[in-house]
Amino acid sequence: MNKQRTHQRKDTAFRYLALACTGLGLLVLALLLYDIFARGSGRLSWDFITHLPSRFPEKAGILTALAGMVSVMVLTMIFAFPVGIATGIYLEEYGTRNRFARILEINIANLAGVPSIIYGILGLEIFVRFCRLGNSILAGALTLALLILPVIVVSTREAIRAVPRSFREGSLAMGATQWQTIWNVVLPSAFGGIITGLILAISRAIGETAPLIVVGALVYVPFIPEGPLDQFTVLPVQIFNWISRPQAGFATNAAAAIIVLLTFTFVLNGIAVYLRHKWYKKVKH
Amino acid sequence: MYKIEAKNIHTFYGKTQVLKDISLAIRPNTVTAFIGPSGCGKSTLLRCFNRMNDLTENFRLDGLITIDGRDIYSPKIDVTLHRKKVGMVFQEPNPFPKSIFENVAYGLKVNGLRHKKFLAETVERSLRQAALWDEVKDDLSKPAMELSGGQQQRLCIARALAVEPSVILMDEPASALDPISTAKIEELIYELKKKYTILIVTHNMQQAARVSDKTAFFYMGELIEYDDTSRIFTNPKSQQTQNYITGRFG
Repeated sequence: MNKQRTHQRKDTAFRYLALACTGLGLLVLALLLYDIFARGSGRLSWDFITHLPSRFPEKAGILTALAGMVSVMVLTMIFAFPVGIATGIYLEEYGTRNRFARILEINIANLAGVPSIIYGILGLEIFVRFCRLGNSILAGALTLALLILPVIVVSTREAIRAVPRSFREGSLAMGATQWQTIWNVVLPSAFGGIITGLILAISRAIGETAPLIVVGALVYVPFIPEGPLDQFTVLPVQIFNWISRPQAGFATNAAAAIIVLLTFTFVLNGIAVYLRHKWYKKVKH
Repeated sequence: MYKIEAKNIHTFYGKTQVLKDISLAIRPNTVTAFIGPSGCGKSTLLRCFNRMNDLTENFRLDGLITIDGRDIYSPKIDVTLHRKKVGMVFQEPNPFPKSIFENVAYGLKVNGLRHKKFLAETVERSLRQAALWDEVKDDLSKPAMELSGGQQQRLCIARALAVEPSVILMDEPASALDPISTAKIEELIYELKKKYTILIVTHNMQQAARVSDKTAFFYMGELIEYDDTSRIFTNPKSQQTQNYITGRFG
């Protein structure tokens, strides 16, 4: 009886501890958001989004950074999505049988944990210098594509692995080839999980600053990029630059730009959560 | 003339031997039940006939299996083509997360058959054969996952029938179902043997006795006894068979 009571007390204590930890995390996040909104929301306006950068904080806008960010992201998706998904499919459906695949597997998991600045240096060496792409949108996109590839591969594999084995067997037993099985049964069932991984990967890429600074995203770009070989800047780099300025006006600008960046990330994550929910319901019935 | 013949089958997962020297011959349009305690190799043998074991790593088979006189493990055999001729129904109903229609049409579509009228006709015929048509005809676009377990299993049977196999393998097809659904599946098996040769793995003795013409009893990877079902259940030759069917072990 006494023992029972001790167990119950421990249980309650742990529950409150867990609650406190969660609360602490949420509190910090709330404070952060409050601080950013208090500083930046006054500066948010249509002009702020559509203006070119300027050395006067009240005239400066984020148009070039937004345009650069969107261009870089679109190219990053074009490079990283097909390669990442195909690699995930290979490793999960075809490649599990040999040693090579196992070594590859471990290394991909490790790659996902490599600091992003390392990718920046790699991109600088390979794309900017060796391929002579210069500090262009293309070089930036290729670098970010490398950075998010492991994330895509890992999440694609997890999504595919979650597809019940019985679906595959059912399809193969009907005389479908392995590719038909993957295309008609495995991928549609794994779609929600794969899309979620893609969105989380791209929302990570959006926030990356360090590798792009190394690759040479400029802090001041007075024009909208017109082609993949143009110079560019992105929102996080713009924010980084503004924060390092001495004038108070730029700090306000930075806060406003952070709100825009956060909106992008939140919307993307929201879509990911929605899709995950929708697809899991469909498959798991 | 035999439909299926297995001669001196030995199978291995890595170094573990699962089946030891199995030989049996099965006549067309019969139902053959495989019985035996869990792990006796009956499912492994069943999966040899449509080469599903090929998917398992380190699986190896020695011996000869012929269907319609053709060696199904010959290098000349196209495995996917072979699997079309040997349908399979699994223990857990495993419809794809697609509509009822798409499930039944799946085998036809992966074979490149896309003619709408032909697909519609085949889907209807297969669903009728699987005794499911009347329950689903009003809404074939309904997701298969919304059917009951018993309906799902009959859908899987319809799906297997759509590609017109000549042999149907059933791996404990009713073990996840309630008694009424089970009865429906059993009636269905009785109907289907007019057109197909059926092999069924079951843990349910009464089921084996009810649906099958021949029964094979396996124990520890060996075929202990293979005979007419009536003989096996009334007057088995082997003491082990006797013990198993009377529930003394297994």
